[in-house]
Amino acid sequence: MQIMSLFPEWILSHGAASIVIIPLLLAVITAVNSSARLAWATVLGVTALCAFTALGLLLQVMSFGPIHYNMGGWAPPMGIGYYIDGLNAPLLLLISVVAFLCTLYALPSVVAEVEPKKHGPFYAAFLISLAGLLGMVATADAFNVFVFLEVSSISTYVLVAMGASRDRRALSSSFNYLIMGSIGATFFVIGIGFLYMQTGTLNMMDMARLLQEIGPGDRVVQLAFAFIAIGLGLKLAMFPLHMWLPGAYAYAPSFFTAFLAATATKAALYLLLRFTFTVFDPNWDYIAIAVMILLAGMGILGMVAASLQAIFQNDIRRVLAYSSVAQVGYMLLGVGMATTLGLTAGYLHMINHAIMKGALFLAVGAFWYRFGITQVSDMRGLGKTMPWTMAGFTIAGISLIGVPGTVGFVSKLILVEAAAENGWWWAIGVIVATSVLAIIYVGRMIEQAYFKPVPQINDRPVRRNEAPLAMLIPLWVLALASLAFGIQTEWLMNLAEAAAQVLSAGSNTVIPGGAYALPAPIGGH
Amino acid sequence: MSNQNSQSPHIILRVVSKILIPLIALFALYVHFHGDYGPGGGFQAGVIFASAIILYALIFGLEEAKRAVPPSWVRICMSLGVLVYGGTGVATWILGGEFLNFTSFAPDSTHAAGQHWGILAVELGVLFAVTGAMVAIFYAFGSREPDLKDEDW
Repeated sequence: MQIMSLFPEWILSHGAASIVIIPLLLAVITAVNSSARLAWATVLGVTALCAFTALGLLLQVMSFGPIHYNMGGWAPPMGIGYYIDGLNAPLLLLISVVAFLCTLYALPSVVAEVEPKKHGPFYAAFLISLAGLLGMVATADAFNVFVFLEVSSISTYVLVAMGASRDRRALSSSFNYLIMGSIGATFFVIGIGFLYMQTGTLNMMDMARLLQEIGPGDRVVQLAFAFIAIGLGLKLAMFPLHMWLPGAYAYAPSFFTAFLAATATKAALYLLLRFTFTVFDPNWDYIAIAVMILLAGMGILGMVAASLQAIFQNDIRRVLAYSSVAQVGYMLLGVGMATTLGLTAGYLHMINHAIMKGALFLAVGAFWYRFGITQVSDMRGLGKTMPWTMAGFTIAGISLIGVPGTVGFVSKLILVEAAAENGWWWAIGVIVATSVLAIIYVGRMIEQAYFKPVPQINDRPVRRNEAPLAMLIPLWVLALASLAFGIQTEWLMNLAEAAAQVLSAGSNTVIPGGAYALPAPIGGH
Repeated sequence: MSNQNSQSPHIILRVVSKILIPLIALFALYVHFHGDYGPGGGFQAGVIFASAIILYALIFGLEEAKRAVPPSWVRICMSLGVLVYGGTGVATWILGGEFLNFTSFAPDSTHAAGQHWGILAVELGVLFAVTGAMVAIFYAFGSREPDLKDEDW
């Protein structure tokens, strides 16, 4: 392929590891660096490099198939393997591009929200969180997943707590998230422990092969699945386990809320997909029942309950946070159908939701930056006072509702198609009903902004005060992306279909006997 | 704890720990470099090294310890540890191998000398990081002001 020649050979052969290692190492340098500007520039450079690497990896996966990378040259199952395929390559790109855009946005926003002497550690924590997310997506080693899950979670608790200089409630939200997140991670590692006990391996593909030999009747493996599903369910804010999410999203520094909303729950959902469909076998009875009852059932409940809760919130970020829980419900519903079309819909909605929720939270951060607005009722006249920011917000908002021509419409349409294919007519009813609820909670904000008069200060209307360019550009990139991918649907559809194929093929893709298709050794040995 | 006069009731503790602290630090290095052949390695060595500093703080007071090992050094020590570990991996990248593939340090060696050097370098990173982290945790807990001072009761 012509475009592949753009990427240096080194990035293609070592990218699977360097995309995780480079943010991690530069985070350490950023932590002892006292210059805020330099820290920001480092983060910007690292995220740009990660995005470039992820694009190279994605193109490589699309044209030449999965990438195996052996840490330290030790082949799995002895060593830790990194494995990039159609399921995680798009997610790597998504996480690093969102990180890059959020970093651009961070320049004005972090100055306003975080104490000056904490800027270095703040950016360092952000890089660690990024490295953790990329690591848990890229690795093929189950214990390595846990390590990176904790790396990203612990830095996330710190970053949420740093919102305290803006609102003290960030501290209790962060503590709440810490307790819930730790329970989730503990459940996950208990599940991994049980799997290790039964299989004696930690490599996911080797695990899948050995689990096939053990078969569906093993009680310990069943228990392991239960622990992993609940642990990851907590991390991805599956409906009744979502209580940590609204607080964390509402009080974190605004640039980090956007990053968190667009990436953290997605990485956890990816892990749930990876474990349920490729490590375990979705054809086993208890997995099939869990997928149907737990994922689809909780998805439906979440869609309805969280959408209703979103309507009654007054804080803009809480509205969007509850909406996130509802949108996770759409993804789980698609996944819960367990058909290729359903999985495509779920995966596509995961990417699309990251794009639109990222844009929405960036816009909300800009409202606060200029006017200190956090409540829906304070959004009066924003259509006049911040026209560009509000326009970006509106585009992402109508995409969240699912208006034709936006990404939200595309994924909901495919979700409806998938439900129809399964004969789940009631699910279509719920999708339409929750879209109506989305019209209410998004419409409420848009109504305030465009149809209410501009507030008066000293008998004069508030003057127009647009957000700085560093905030507008990332916002508009995401807003335009939600339009562009709503019209040019093919590219994202191809990615989602490739991911769904990986999942449908399930554990059958594993070469029997544990013989890995290893790449030729790189160094001289 | 600034009174250093010989009338201090802790005179025996002071004299003994002054002799012991350098030995503890030396033993830490022994545990690190002997980690290939016996029990030990960077983590254990780091904890032992940190315990030397913590013993100093317990005997001579936290303020004295902070003068000897300033908190800013501790932070740099932690970061340096990660950098040494990661830097070893970066060095293997530059030599053309996978991340942390120590064989690329000495590809022609018949007795895996590269693995030997590589693991020592990586464990040195662990030693720095663990020492730094242990002392930082001790400083953090030690420096905590009680919510209610004793005099306020």
